[in-house]
Amino acid sequence: MDLFEYQGKQYFARYDIAVSAGGVALTVDEAVAQAELAKYPVVIKAQVQVGGRGKAGGIKLANNADEVRLHAKNILGMDIKGHIVKRVWVEHASDIAEEYYASFTLDRSAKRHLLMLSAQGGVEIEHVAVVDPTAIVKLHVNPVEGLSADVAKRAVVDARISEKAQDGVAAMLVKLYECFTKGDCDLAEINPLILKPNGDVHALDAKVTLDDNAAFRHPEWDEYRATEELDEREKLAREKNLQYIGLDGSVGIIANGAGLAMSTLDVVNQVGGKAANFLDIGGGANAELMTAALEVINSDTKVKSIFINIFGGITRGDEVAKGIVEAMKRVKLRAPIVIRLDGTNATEGRAIIAAAGIAESQLISRPTMLEAARSAVEIAGKK
Amino acid sequence: MAIFVSENTKVLVQGLTGGQGRFHGLRNRDYGTQVVAGVTPGKAGQDVEGIPVFDTVESAVAATGATASFIAVPPNAAPAAILEAARAGIGFVVCITEGVPAQDEARVFATLQRDFPKTRLLGPNCPGIISPGKCNIGITAGEIAALPSAKGPNVGIVSRSGTLTYQALYELKQRNIGVSTCVGIGGDPVPGTSFVDCLAEFQSDPETHAIIMIGEIGGTAEEEAAEFIMTHVTKPMSAYIAGVTAPAGKKMGHAGAIVSGGKGTAQGKMDALNSAGVKVGLNPTEACELMAQIIASM
Repeated sequence: MDLFEYQGKQYFARYDIAVSAGGVALTVDEAVAQAELAKYPVVIKAQVQVGGRGKAGGIKLANNADEVRLHAKNILGMDIKGHIVKRVWVEHASDIAEEYYASFTLDRSAKRHLLMLSAQGGVEIEHVAVVDPTAIVKLHVNPVEGLSADVAKRAVVDARISEKAQDGVAAMLVKLYECFTKGDCDLAEINPLILKPNGDVHALDAKVTLDDNAAFRHPEWDEYRATEELDEREKLAREKNLQYIGLDGSVGIIANGAGLAMSTLDVVNQVGGKAANFLDIGGGANAELMTAALEVINSDTKVKSIFINIFGGITRGDEVAKGIVEAMKRVKLRAPIVIRLDGTNATEGRAIIAAAGIAESQLISRPTMLEAARSAVEIAGKK
Repeated sequence: MAIFVSENTKVLVQGLTGGQGRFHGLRNRDYGTQVVAGVTPGKAGQDVEGIPVFDTVESAVAATGATASFIAVPPNAAPAAILEAARAGIGFVVCITEGVPAQDEARVFATLQRDFPKTRLLGPNCPGIISPGKCNIGITAGEIAALPSAKGPNVGIVSRSGTLTYQALYELKQRNIGVSTCVGIGGDPVPGTSFVDCLAEFQSDPETHAIIMIGEIGGTAEEEAAEFIMTHVTKPMSAYIAGVTAPAGKKMGHAGAIVSGGKGTAQGKMDALNSAGVKVGLNPTEACELMAQIIASM
């Protein structure tokens, strides 16, 4: 789960990482109230999960209430690369002497944590990596050993961070590492990490991605869930505990297993169609789960055919078939189903579907994944 | 021969008294696997259809001589279960648990590497391993796997995805192609066993004559495999990479399957494998057809 900047800053604050005084606002009046609390001058920042906010006019400085009104009014509702601004973050403006970059991620190929640190902050790190790769210090941290203050200090010196900021940045790195590991982040990034004229080191931005698998030990994440930007179909799927991702094609997809679901998208694409979604129904595909999956697919008005691709391993073909027959009684589908059923108890499953006497205009069965994809794409194209 | 397991592998199931552990543990035993013990703290002295249950892995190993562990416990208990097995001297641990936090996986992997280098972990979040006719640890339905033929040629399978592993097993069986061992390494960010580990084993396994590899988007494991294949693998290979059409920035079900920052794309992985001389199919069926052609020419 990606956090908004203000949530990232709140998360940082839990780990004692210095951030500016500020607050979130949904309206112009709230923005003014937050500005009064933070003390002028303030910066008003659009809260969207996309880069390039500044260039789009989503970050403005304000010296008084009138300026806050003007900017907040412009920024709220603004469309930044397809993301509509619903909230602004209002914080006390910081004096900046220098800007750095710091982040922790997991390096999957090294199976180690990776610190990236640069004295060139405030610009995209991808840009620095191209223009001046030597300006980025990359340091692997063994997850069992963790990051010591000494190692952090060495990285800071290697990154050629100004001497007066070295101790502050090293201390910040240790805290950021703590946030990354104990806070179960996939990514914890500060860009820019600033040095103020008075010598303080401070996180001026926050980019945090949380590991959804760790949600069970972080009840504090619930409030972040509430602001997650999902489309209606994704919300419905989440309520039903289905792995669903909305796409823009016309062939609805239901498959068991993430790999098979991805592969189903690929095959549909290969035969000239476009998938409307990714949906992994998981292991036990019973009637209830199948009904829920079909309801989610059915809520998508773009769907012109539904491709159910099941390979029974643990999932049993007869259970899937019963699920589909039952689901079709409960849900009135907007599009016909094409099913490919293979693996454990597939023969029994096909027999159940045949015996249900469902019209061929509503449900057809195909022996292989490829043939089923062709039929589903053909039906979607006709309508 | 088979890789990682054999007909002599003695398996204990951590979580045998739970729903998943019981179901799959018994299925593995029905397949012919030597399932010798179960471990559930506080349930020593009980049994699950004749399989004795112990409080700790250590006591189970002492009583039964178990050499491998099958872990089917919830995600919050999986890291400790893996390390308990390693401490008890288990050499091969299969963890099917889905939803283990990445930070835990990274810590467990680093701990195994530092303190228990003799323990190999398969998973978490993997379907397990099957060496048809010899040993099945995990959730694979044994009946879809073709037995290896004594004369060969036989195929080794290594895959990041569960259902695509079954698909490959099934397609090979339909074509009467024998399988030496099929390993599901799982789709999580820090798998205990990598493609490269499996490819190295298959390369030196006399019973394996060709290899199918099934990858997916995200990470760089397939690219690393391609590099390894170029220098270390002489056996013919076919492959499939799932997720050609996956949009960037969206996790496709598996915690590890995500294209981000232009990295981890299916195309990049296919190109890398192609350059390494692997025949790459555009869907699982095509990858198995390519394998059938390889086998026919042997």
